[in-house]
Amino acid sequence: MIYREAGDFKTSYRDDSQTFPIRLDRWGYYITLAVAFGIIPFVINDYWANAVLVPFLIYAIAALGLNILTGYAGQVSLGTGGFMAVGAYSVYKLMTAFPEVNIVIHILLAGGITAMVGVMFGLPSLRIKGFYLAVATLAAQFFLVWLFNKVPWFYNYSASGQINAPTRTVLGHAVTGPAATAPAKYLICLVFVFVLAWVARNLTRGTLGRKWMAIRDMDIAAEIIGVNPLGAKLSAFAVSSFFIGIAGALLFAVYLGAAEVGEAFGINKSFLVLFMIIIGGLGSIFGSFAGAAFLVLLPVLLKNLLVGGLGWPTDLAAHIELMIVGALIVLFLIVEPHGLARLWSLAKEKLRLWPFPH
Amino acid sequence: MKLSFTTLAAAILAASPVLADLVVPNMSYRTGPYAANGIPYADGFNDYFTLLNERDGGIGGVRVSVPECETAYNTEKGVECYEALRPQNPLVLNPLSTGITYQLIPRVAVDGITLYTPGYGRTSAKNGSVFEWVFNAPANYWDGASVAIKHILDQEGGDLSGKKIALVYHNSAYGKEPIRTLEELSQKHGFELSLLPVDAPGQEQKSQWLQIRRDQPDYVIMYAWGVMNQVAIQEAVNIRFPMDRFIGIWWSGSENDVRPAGAGADGYKALTFHGVGRDYPLYDDMQQYVFDAGKASGAGDQMGSVLYSRGVYAAVVIAEAIRTAQELAGTPNVNAAQVRDGFEALNITAERMAELGLPDFGQPISLSCENHGGDGLVRLQQWSAGDGQWSLITDFIEPDADILNPLIEADSAAFAQESGITPRCN
Repeated sequence: MIYREAGDFKTSYRDDSQTFPIRLDRWGYYITLAVAFGIIPFVINDYWANAVLVPFLIYAIAALGLNILTGYAGQVSLGTGGFMAVGAYSVYKLMTAFPEVNIVIHILLAGGITAMVGVMFGLPSLRIKGFYLAVATLAAQFFLVWLFNKVPWFYNYSASGQINAPTRTVLGHAVTGPAATAPAKYLICLVFVFVLAWVARNLTRGTLGRKWMAIRDMDIAAEIIGVNPLGAKLSAFAVSSFFIGIAGALLFAVYLGAAEVGEAFGINKSFLVLFMIIIGGLGSIFGSFAGAAFLVLLPVLLKNLLVGGLGWPTDLAAHIELMIVGALIVLFLIVEPHGLARLWSLAKEKLRLWPFPH
Repeated sequence: MKLSFTTLAAAILAASPVLADLVVPNMSYRTGPYAANGIPYADGFNDYFTLLNERDGGIGGVRVSVPECETAYNTEKGVECYEALRPQNPLVLNPLSTGITYQLIPRVAVDGITLYTPGYGRTSAKNGSVFEWVFNAPANYWDGASVAIKHILDQEGGDLSGKKIALVYHNSAYGKEPIRTLEELSQKHGFELSLLPVDAPGQEQKSQWLQIRRDQPDYVIMYAWGVMNQVAIQEAVNIRFPMDRFIGIWWSGSENDVRPAGAGADGYKALTFHGVGRDYPLYDDMQQYVFDAGKASGAGDQMGSVLYSRGVYAAVVIAEAIRTAQELAGTPNVNAAQVRDGFEALNITAERMAELGLPDFGQPISLSCENHGGDGLVRLQQWSAGDGQWSLITDFIEPDADILNPLIEADSAAFAQESGITPRCN
């Protein structure tokens, strides 16, 4: 009754093909943006930024990146952690080698470097598919972690192999290093998320995205109708790795401030991001956000509820939290195998018919 | 979700301790691959402060509150814990993770919170003129490496030329710390050093131990933690490596590490910087005020174990620093900056340790503006599988300052330059 498209007339093709064709959705989007840019930066504190919103935004970028590769182009990848490490170590080398250049440029360059590495590891995808490709990208994961551990040049020959993000500023505000304030960290991540999500959305509904989806659905049929698998697969690897590289750079420079490749970018990270897109919904921009929110925010929420609210012992709470998150994942996948995004669109479908379902 | 989050945040603020309490958080890990080692340490840390509260009414008449936060030895959870604890105005943080320590070192300098990392963390933090807010007394990783070599020198009659020593290490910041020291020492003493990294968490080390079996090193030094300890000792038993030539750092020398290997682990040696067992008067008080009163932390079955003792020791040093700070500031309600001054003026003599009920438990600790790491004396303990306990086999041994001091100087200078710090204390 409230949520419907009736009466929402479009008078041009442009209007008809916009991202949010329903007026209520459009409002929701603008309100979310207004709150995210206009209100949250003024009320955010350190806990909310560092423990909740910054990791959520960064993982959303990583999930968007992996969703382009796995959800849209159908190429399964277990190398996300390794590619994030490429982003992190690139930005570290760039930050320390060229301290006078703006950090935003370094982060974009780190994304570019990761894109190149991603294309390199994407080459086998032209020959191998499915689980075999997953194993090939798994090799990338282990190789990259080994590389950053083994070659001291990557961590500037520090005694312990740790990399530390020095302080860098954007428009006079520190965004990395210990002096960075909560709003500055939040805003830099938000700007990247906003721009990248916008790019991802528009790429996936344009020619490139249609090529990816054609390859995903049936690569032989796609080839017959004129899609070049080389270009489509490699561009998917490049764009996806660019996103993941930026996520890795932000994770290290803005969020953690110091990192060690095995701990921060291990195989667990690859699985975490993969779970995000599976739970969120493959081939969906909203799903990337929903999945990241589910896996980043839920553990923090449960921890605060069980330890802070109910006063349980920390170990019991940590174990129960793992069990609850695990059980919820299983439940979601049974109830809705296509993820939270599908659940969301079903809810919208129901709302349109409400209160008179067939 | 948003709404419930805010209400929760409000609930947490309301639940935080009264401002008058001295807040010393316990950043522990009781879950994950490092839990076997994290639990006894966390219990010891909690129990000592419980004892102070129950027996003495706190420190200088002010009760100590010890909020606990689970890090699972994970840096991202470490960030969450740090942010959750910061609004409670903690005086000292003891994260028990080298990774989290590296992350917090720049942050605590800005936020003004003391970081106390006994026996772990960044070794060059010993140089207080660069690391104003970090303390790592009484001993650090490089002290450990140096003393291990000294002990081997003793065993070999003072000559190591042509000997082979292997380092089996956790492939992380923690495990890599001693490499530079051992390299310098291998040049000085002419032994051959081979490096065998084991990736976290360390359940798979077959290939490393096969390599040891093939190369037949004279000694193996190990820097491991968590589940990696148990696996390594079991693997060493499997290849029949002589246990008295296998020396672990203090983080690889607890009961939990040797017990799974059974009788085979007999004779395994580990470094340590404090005593073991329950034969200290302090534990009588602990039994009376904490255990019998049912206030023990965790399952209450860890008293006297190696890591429990280490948790107690960390708490003792922190409590003494707070006491020193109270004397210096002339008020029992000290803040974080005053506690930092307390650490810098810390002077724990042998008599003071006896007074605390821990005679001959640890070395005297005397800190200053330049020296945040103490003297770095280390002793060795050996496992007796028959009795099921550790016994101390050497006295405190001094590390090789000629090798360590230039390394500390160089590493802290690099940090100072990287982060634009002008050294203090002149």
